[in-house]
Amino acid sequence: MDAEAVESKDALATVEAGLDALETSSDHEDSTLIRVVRAAYPPLLALALILAVWQLLYASKIWPDWKLPGPSQVYDSLKDAFSNGDVWPAVGHSIGHGAVGFAASVALGTPLGLLVGRFQPVRAGIGPILSGLQSLPSVAWVPPALMFFGPTPAMLYTVVLLGAVPSIAVGVVAGLDHVPPLYLRVGRNIGARGLASVRYVLLPAALPGYLAGLRQGWAFAWRSLLASEIIVQSADLGHSLGFLLKNAQDTNDMAGAFAAIVLILAVGVAVNQLLFVPIERRVLKTRGLA
Amino acid sequence: MTATIETGPGATAVRHQPAVRLAGVTKTFRDGGAPVLDGIDLDVAPGEFVCLLGASGCGKSTLLTIAAGLDAPTQGTVEVPDGRAALMFQESALFPWLTAGQNIDLALRLRGLSARRERRAEAERLLALVRLHGAYDKRPHQLSGGMRQRVALARALAQDSSVLLMDEPFAALDAITRDVLHEELVRLWEATGLAVVFVTHNVREAVRLGQRVVLLSSRPGRVAREWRVDIPQPRRVEDKDVAELSIEITEHLREEISRHGR
Repeated sequence: MDAEAVESKDALATVEAGLDALETSSDHEDSTLIRVVRAAYPPLLALALILAVWQLLYASKIWPDWKLPGPSQVYDSLKDAFSNGDVWPAVGHSIGHGAVGFAASVALGTPLGLLVGRFQPVRAGIGPILSGLQSLPSVAWVPPALMFFGPTPAMLYTVVLLGAVPSIAVGVVAGLDHVPPLYLRVGRNIGARGLASVRYVLLPAALPGYLAGLRQGWAFAWRSLLASEIIVQSADLGHSLGFLLKNAQDTNDMAGAFAAIVLILAVGVAVNQLLFVPIERRVLKTRGLA
Repeated sequence: MTATIETGPGATAVRHQPAVRLAGVTKTFRDGGAPVLDGIDLDVAPGEFVCLLGASGCGKSTLLTIAAGLDAPTQGTVEVPDGRAALMFQESALFPWLTAGQNIDLALRLRGLSARRERRAEAERLLALVRLHGAYDKRPHQLSGGMRQRVALARALAQDSSVLLMDEPFAALDAITRDVLHEELVRLWEATGLAVVFVTHNVREAVRLGQRVVLLSSRPGRVAREWRVDIPQPRRVEDKDVAELSIEITEHLREEISRHGR
């Protein structure tokens, strides 16, 4: 190779390096503190607004106290519930049942979704039933489950499964359906066929949709669980968040009912923000989608 | 300098066994529908750089998909004696859940390289070959369009096939980047001795790159004409010879397109 050729090749490398440098943006990452503050202040502001409207309604005395307690009364009720030791066992009980029910739902819903998503006859047969089940309020399953199992944890889990499994399976199907066909073709071209295609291309490509399905599945599981807990009480089921709410109704304690609802909401938000949001954020970020 | 040979389909004499041989390839998508491809005969010699040129509807992408073995012809045969051909698209189609290096690593693993350390070294070598030293841990979204196509090129090279099929790989890039990548591709082609089939609708790109330019007619896609390009590399799109041949080919391309306007 003569000197001129070498020079022209080096020139190409230099131009290329220049283009690369110009077209690549550096990934700027804010500090954790700034991100937390930035993420936290809009919901906190919204919460403050809701509390303000609530306090205003309360102060205007349109309804008597026993119909609409003020924020401070609900706060006192919460404080009492914490100090007499009712709250943590109830939260633990409900989360425990919810976690077991959700885990079982994932274990059943994931393979079910894969079957429906991958095999056309299965999809034609079960797909519409899954969508139908998803739109059925899971509280509808409480009476038959109660008659079948009696007031036992098995009855709770049945209702949770019937609520969450369809939702998770539908999430898996949606995840599979949204895999760009181009990825599968590239996969086949580089030699991923059959199981290798599923393992190296299909499943990782479907992961974001699957995570969204899991999040929705948890919401369904939690809702179904609380519905069962509110309707059915027994020594077998113990003191749960649903029990606290029902108990407040039985003693005509509106502030207590609000306090229980606040706790139920808090658990829902905490699980979402501490478990699902960080995982989804990580997955989407590595793919440049968030 | 520019010897322009007009040849009919199948008239190109191939002395050795071809790298790709398409014989009478016809493709119809619906039963009884009009064929997209109609009796395509094309031989690509080992190490040859062929550009397939055509307007929309000439089925050039379909032809490439068939040559890659991702789709079967309705009639006719496809032979790639060296096994499967590597394929590149307009989009890099790098897997976004993997880093640039892992994308190459996956191709190496599926090729049958089992030793992790060996794969890592080979992936680094291929990245260096496309001049992306140190990009192993970069995510595809952190790279520019041109860099992504170079990673895709490295992934295609990782398949260790002797045939590279490219479906308008630079169409989505800006002119400057495309220009640089033309130079890069020719450099790699000369270094590796791959047979390249490059599909494009850009006449100058075809003349800039190919040793042979094959013009396809549209609806149905047939081989209309072909030209041998004897302009020595390195060429530039702006070269007088390149421009002259481009004008000539463009005339024929326009004529092909005009047939559908009458």
